[in-house]
Amino acid sequence: MANFANGTNAIPAAASAAPASDEPLLQTVGLTRHFKLGGLFSSQILHAVDDVDLTIGERELVSLVGESGSGKSTIARLLAMLYRPTAGEIHYRGRSVHSLHSRRDLLHYRSQVQMVFQDPYSSMNPVFRVSHGVMRNLKLHRPELGRSERREEAERVFTLVGLTPAAEMLRKYPYEMSGGQRQRVGFAQAVAVRPKLILADEPVSMLDVSIRAGILNLMTDLREREGVSILYITHDIASARYVADRIMVMYAGHIVEAGPTEAVLSDPRHPYTQLLLSAVPDPREPISVSTSPAVGEPPKVVNPGEGCRFRERCPLAIEICGRVTPRLTVLAPAHSAACHVAAAAAGVTADSPS
Amino acid sequence: MSSPLLEVSDLSVDYITDAGDVRAVDRVDIDVQPSEFLAIVGESGCGKSTLLFAIAQLLSPPAEIAGGTVVFKGRDMVRLTEDELRHIRWRDYSVVMQSAMNALNPMKSIEAQFRDTIEAHDDMSRKAIRERSAEVLHLVGIDAVHLKSYPHQLSGGMRQRAMIAMALLFTPDLVIMDEPTSALDVVAQRSLMSQIKELQKRLGFAVIFVTHDMSLVRHYSDRLLVMYAGQVAELGDTSALFEDPLHPYTKGLLDAFPSIRGPRRPLTGIPGSPPDLARPPSGCRFHPRCPVAMAQCSTTEPDLYEVAGIRVRCLLHAEALKDAV
Repeated sequence: MANFANGTNAIPAAASAAPASDEPLLQTVGLTRHFKLGGLFSSQILHAVDDVDLTIGERELVSLVGESGSGKSTIARLLAMLYRPTAGEIHYRGRSVHSLHSRRDLLHYRSQVQMVFQDPYSSMNPVFRVSHGVMRNLKLHRPELGRSERREEAERVFTLVGLTPAAEMLRKYPYEMSGGQRQRVGFAQAVAVRPKLILADEPVSMLDVSIRAGILNLMTDLREREGVSILYITHDIASARYVADRIMVMYAGHIVEAGPTEAVLSDPRHPYTQLLLSAVPDPREPISVSTSPAVGEPPKVVNPGEGCRFRERCPLAIEICGRVTPRLTVLAPAHSAACHVAAAAAGVTADSPS
Repeated sequence: MSSPLLEVSDLSVDYITDAGDVRAVDRVDIDVQPSEFLAIVGESGCGKSTLLFAIAQLLSPPAEIAGGTVVFKGRDMVRLTEDELRHIRWRDYSVVMQSAMNALNPMKSIEAQFRDTIEAHDDMSRKAIRERSAEVLHLVGIDAVHLKSYPHQLSGGMRQRAMIAMALLFTPDLVIMDEPTSALDVVAQRSLMSQIKELQKRLGFAVIFVTHDMSLVRHYSDRLLVMYAGQVAELGDTSALFEDPLHPYTKGLLDAFPSIRGPRRPLTGIPGSPPDLARPPSGCRFHPRCPVAMAQCSTTEPDLYEVAGIRVRCLLHAEALKDAV
């Protein structure tokens, strides 16, 4: 079997240039995706993702946290090149992915950036054995492997994700597996092609509480053992804390706070992050002072004007919040937030491009 | 203690299949006091929703009640006819379904759906119906203008609250809720839970609340029933169960999710997955996944033992009782 350390993938020249050590694996600049709503003459535009700058480093486990409708899955789909951005750029190892046109380059990018989906019950074809997806992925992205090598590699990744005995597990049909096992198949499928980044979109939200921890542990494990970076998308900030080095909080299409996990949790700067943290049920803690029931719900971001999108629900909103959209501004080392009030408290302003 | 509002005794539910009957709910005993909040937790497939449907007399084939009684306000509902049930349903007890998106009719305004519900169970003038509808909508914090709205015009949280409003149309004594918050975001979830609790205090109805998320009910329920593989694994006072869980499964569930405060510590979850109810494990149904299983656990089926006011189905506690005697 091919030794992992000496992987001999056919790597396109541009991407194979060794990255500078401090260069992020993936970076977005002003990433934006709008969807047109309604009929032909409708002028309603849904702003799913607006002006997002994010970075994901090598071997980094980053979590993107937000409520449903905040745009976090749209980001995953943009990064996976399932959607084209309305504006903005995605750079993979310093190269814009929009310059990739040849099938070979696109295929390579897609092998480097793999996706694991939320629903393990509908993301697998029920009429094929679970080996089908892994083998197909290998055939497509690692054509240098022969038939028996593919089989060996499939067994290796199944063992890696805890599906043992691998040979037997590969022969099963999806319906013969539990939700947790199917989600492990999803990760095996992704890892098989030696990606640099796995986009995991709510991989545990459909699973039972008792087996979620296993999948969370699997993610940290894969990062350690395969050296892969992971973008963990979730609405559950407690699980993000459990696995992630860094947390980005999304609200209504904007990233409103980003920073090292413990910094964001112990010292949340954005009022939305504060609201989110106060709402998390924590059985080990006595109930916090009752959150006001009238906190409202996230807005649908259709034709938004200027201004902070959280201002309607925000207890701290001031006059400028209705006029100027706050920019994500560095408030402490590696810790930034998009809030006029938080910026003022830190002695900076959030009203102009930094 | 006053007499219970609801008394479920020895209730079993079978799903009739060609490959044999599958027992989804196995000899469950519970009682609910007036104005009590009882939470039922368990993983998918543990029979919690089936139990709920059996209590509400909403089972449809292939599920059927195989034995036991459900005594609600002094009458065994299992033996009532459909016609008799119709007089109790919604007036005396109501049900809030899991997904408001699917439970509300997308083609009808909220007002029309409320009207249908009232007309099915009572005789009221149009005006009285409209007033009552506006009143219950107001109770859950939705403006009466939304009576004219269609479900798609409401947010997920509002739809779920409209469902709860609908359940309160006749001010029932018991409201049965099947994961009413699972489709909501944490912030909306928290505010809905507070609201349910507040309404309950104000109107005095009892709640049976089914969820897979134990942490959600920690601060809202009076008693907690933990189900595993169709059986009661543990039943007792909510805070006692959280502070000192007796059943290894309850312990495992409590240790399965990460905390946002305190030190980060490794989680193990519970290895394996819930059993196939068509072929439940021998002995204790939890023994294949149990970290403290003993030799006899695979052969001896544990009873429900009562330990300091908590009922627990685990041989560890049978031993404790025996030693004490």
